[in-house]
Amino acid sequence: MKLEQQVRASRVAGFSAAVQFILQVFHYIVPYHWVASRLARWGVKGQRLVVALPYLWLLLFFFIPFLIVLKISFSLTQLSMPPYQPLVQWTGEQLNQLRLNINPGNFQYLWQDSLYLDAFLNSIKVAGIATLITLLIGYPMAYAIARSSVQWRGVLMMMVILPFWTSFLLRVYAWIGILKNNGLLNNFLLWLGVIDEPMVMLQTNFAVYLGIVYSYLPFMIMPLYATLEKMDLTLLEAAKDLGCRPLRAFLTITVPLSMPGIVAGCMLVFIPAVGEFVIPSLLGPSDSLMIGKVLWTEFFNNRDWPVASAVAIALLLVLVVPMVCFQRAQARTAEAGEA
Amino acid sequence: MAPTPIDPVFVREPWHDPKAEPYIRIEQVTKRFGEFVAVNEVSLNIYRSELFCLLGGSGCGKTTLLRMLAGFEQPSSGKIFIDGVDMSDIPPYERPVNMMFQSYALFPHMTVEQNVGFGLKMEAKPKSEIADRVADMLKLVSMSQYGKRKPHQLSGGQRQRVALARALIKQPKLLLLDEPLGALDKKLREHTQFELVNLQEKLGVTFVVVTHDQEEAMTLATRIGVMDHGRIVQVGTPKEIYEFPQSKFVAEFIGSVNVFEGQLIDDQSDHVRVACPELDCPVYISHGISSAPKATLWVAIRPEKIELSLVPPAQQENWARGVIKEIAYLGDLSVFLIRLNSGKTVRVTRPNRWRHEDEHMTWEQEVFLHWHDTSPVVVSA
Amino acid sequence: MKSRTAWFRLSSLVLGFAFLYIPILSLVVYSFNKSKLVTVWGGFSTQGYGKLFENTQILDAAGLSLRIAAINATGATILGTFAGIALARFGQFRGRTLLSGMTTAPLVMPDVITGLSLLLMFVAMEQALGWPAGRGMTTITIAHITLTLSYVTVIVQSRLASMDIALEEAAMDLGARPVKVFLLVTLPIIAPALASGWLLAFTISLDDMVIASFVSGPGSSTLPMVIYSKVRLGVSPDINALATIMVGLVTVGVLLTGYLMFRRDRLRQRDRQLSESLG
Repeated sequence: MKLEQQVRASRVAGFSAAVQFILQVFHYIVPYHWVASRLARWGVKGQRLVVALPYLWLLLFFFIPFLIVLKISFSLTQLSMPPYQPLVQWTGEQLNQLRLNINPGNFQYLWQDSLYLDAFLNSIKVAGIATLITLLIGYPMAYAIARSSVQWRGVLMMMVILPFWTSFLLRVYAWIGILKNNGLLNNFLLWLGVIDEPMVMLQTNFAVYLGIVYSYLPFMIMPLYATLEKMDLTLLEAAKDLGCRPLRAFLTITVPLSMPGIVAGCMLVFIPAVGEFVIPSLLGPSDSLMIGKVLWTEFFNNRDWPVASAVAIALLLVLVVPMVCFQRAQARTAEAGEA
Repeated sequence: MAPTPIDPVFVREPWHDPKAEPYIRIEQVTKRFGEFVAVNEVSLNIYRSELFCLLGGSGCGKTTLLRMLAGFEQPSSGKIFIDGVDMSDIPPYERPVNMMFQSYALFPHMTVEQNVGFGLKMEAKPKSEIADRVADMLKLVSMSQYGKRKPHQLSGGQRQRVALARALIKQPKLLLLDEPLGALDKKLREHTQFELVNLQEKLGVTFVVVTHDQEEAMTLATRIGVMDHGRIVQVGTPKEIYEFPQSKFVAEFIGSVNVFEGQLIDDQSDHVRVACPELDCPVYISHGISSAPKATLWVAIRPEKIELSLVPPAQQENWARGVIKEIAYLGDLSVFLIRLNSGKTVRVTRPNRWRHEDEHMTWEQEVFLHWHDTSPVVVSA
Repeated sequence: MKSRTAWFRLSSLVLGFAFLYIPILSLVVYSFNKSKLVTVWGGFSTQGYGKLFENTQILDAAGLSLRIAAINATGATILGTFAGIALARFGQFRGRTLLSGMTTAPLVMPDVITGLSLLLMFVAMEQALGWPAGRGMTTITIAHITLTLSYVTVIVQSRLASMDIALEEAAMDLGARPVKVFLLVTLPIIAPALASGWLLAFTISLDDMVIASFVSGPGSSTLPMVIYSKVRLGVSPDINALATIMVGLVTVGVLLTGYLMFRRDRLRQRDRQLSESLG
């Protein structure tokens, strides 16, 4: 998790410098001293407040909501607002007339209806293959950036990060214009004479892979770059000195040493890609089976909140395993003195 | 009635004065971090205007002891008194103690003047007073012309001076220095050592310095406390520590030394004889010791106190015979490693006083070692 | 041999960046297209921009999104800073593991799960407490703060971890109480990280479609929601115009940052040479 945090943090590294300048100006404007003496006079119990505020917020808006999702995933659907039955119902005056409406049926339903199982399997397959492609494209780029001169590295990494700051939705939208039947790519290929009539590319699985690879490529490059840049280049020289050819040195030295970056990058792409909604719904076929899209449809179109909740819980269970494995692996490398 | 004149020795060395009141009293202080005992039952008295050095290897507890004096750590048990006041419940920001950090910890977003004036600003002193005292302080450390600079615009030596000025401006009762010269290069360090001593003598502030560098401790300190595994193993002036180490650890930690295991065979009040199996003849020491008869003990002899000759010495005791195995020429002196008949290797240093030695010594040559009867000391394990 | 690997690195960079930037460039180029067909070039025109500025739906949504993003960024920065300080400085307090789990989990949580769980929470709260009455700007802001405070926490925590604790101890040693230490020393030093966190929280909020869709109510459509509903129907020139404006703003910001960073590095370098030459 630590490396992953660094990766996320590096997403903003570019901006920190400009802001440092602004804050130096701020430092002369904001009356820190006045604020300090005021707070001290009020006798604010700083430490407890500092922990309690974010703690309560996250408990209320992150932790408890999951318990509610869990609860509703065991509820029955009913036509009302909200469209589910309470788990515990009083049917009379006395306690023994309490009725429990626990309904594991939603999970049975997920298991029995092949739609959901197929959607899960398909999402994992699509996310897995897309992650692999992203790695194959991202590794050479990260490697090339890490081995370029120091002045260029900053510029190139900024170019990798820049698309992040533009809207994700609009970057996916750009591919619609490119992949359409009368879009850029088809026109270009027709002009080249490679094809005689437009290929259908939009609303295919190909477009979904392309969209995921395109959107998540910077997530792959950043952790890879971070590990490759830190690598001691004399190790490669030592390997060559001992008679190792460049390709072999790359495979036996560079690749194993960049393993933490590879794992972090793959997880950063794979985990969100499994639950991706926007890309399959804009670029994929209308009947594409991606679990994020299924959840969305259950919720917004079928208004079946209990089944949507069950899908969310199941998705969470699927993702918890890679997340925990990843965290363990990170912890182990950290213990071994890595990173 | 005329006041009793104070023995001048007690002014310079108050620790010998039974009536002197210690300025800092550390009583039975222990600090545990979970299972790990960082400081173990340390008791120590430090007197006014002393420059006391805590010397020890990494992890010996010296920094933890310093941080307890500053108030960043609370003792697990025991008490610390400064000028008679119990420091137990006093937070760092209310202690009459200031610290110079190993990293200097200069605030990067403040100028030199703001850094030095920070402590006075916390006391809400009037601006004019702060300005005056900052100017005086910067003059004292000869940094007056750098007042408007930021820390990153200073060299290492300049930062060290600013850190010192910042720690001294509140006129603390006690100044703590954590490896004060550790970040400086060798030449600058030597120069700064003397500056620091002069400044301390001029201001009369009590200094406690933590260092792992024995040379630094010897140069700076009025007294040194040697620490090992959370305990203070010996306290004394630099000369006492070097010439009369009480234990094998202290003898070996400070400088280099040859140690021979032996047994007491003649125990008199004015001299002792020790039989060492590794030496051919007994060691005669011209001062008495307190040790149980027949107990195993160690005799320590410093390398520079052993003489070499090509002919057998006239004396009956305090000599040995061996073969030169290694010679290292270091310029000012040469180091000889000599193997005795018993297989023990002895280290001997000789100053290179003349360009050409009259007695030429070389590898595999047989030589004789001898030493004066005041040179060996008996140390415990 | 040497030139072959250099050639390989150069070509992977050229192709990679072409892949990253051609779609963005195509958005910009076709925003000036006269033809309504967007992808067929029909001559230069700025009518896409005219249409954009006539589209009150998009403009309203943009205004709402900017307001939400600003409130969210401020709230997330405050809460995230607190959480970051707690995790980096307070040692082992009770419930630390849960707090660190709750601040890192949203980083990788799929949006659909976060959105659904927050919506169900809001519905349950409305039933039980009567607040928040209905869903709209308030619920979107709360949801976004929950999502983005994790990012701020991570940034602040890593900044504090790399900051020399001796600086805070030195301030305390010189007589500053804890609150003063924070305001006079810690805050100014970590301020750039806070600003980065604020900007990141702002951008993420401005970019989120999925969570906002779950927790928004009638009449509170954010910009990404409007874009999504328009984009689903196909390409249109005013969206291209909007994209161009966004890309332009970001590019200017990044170039400015780059320039400032370059200048600061040069100044630092000069200072260092100066101080070294003075000894």
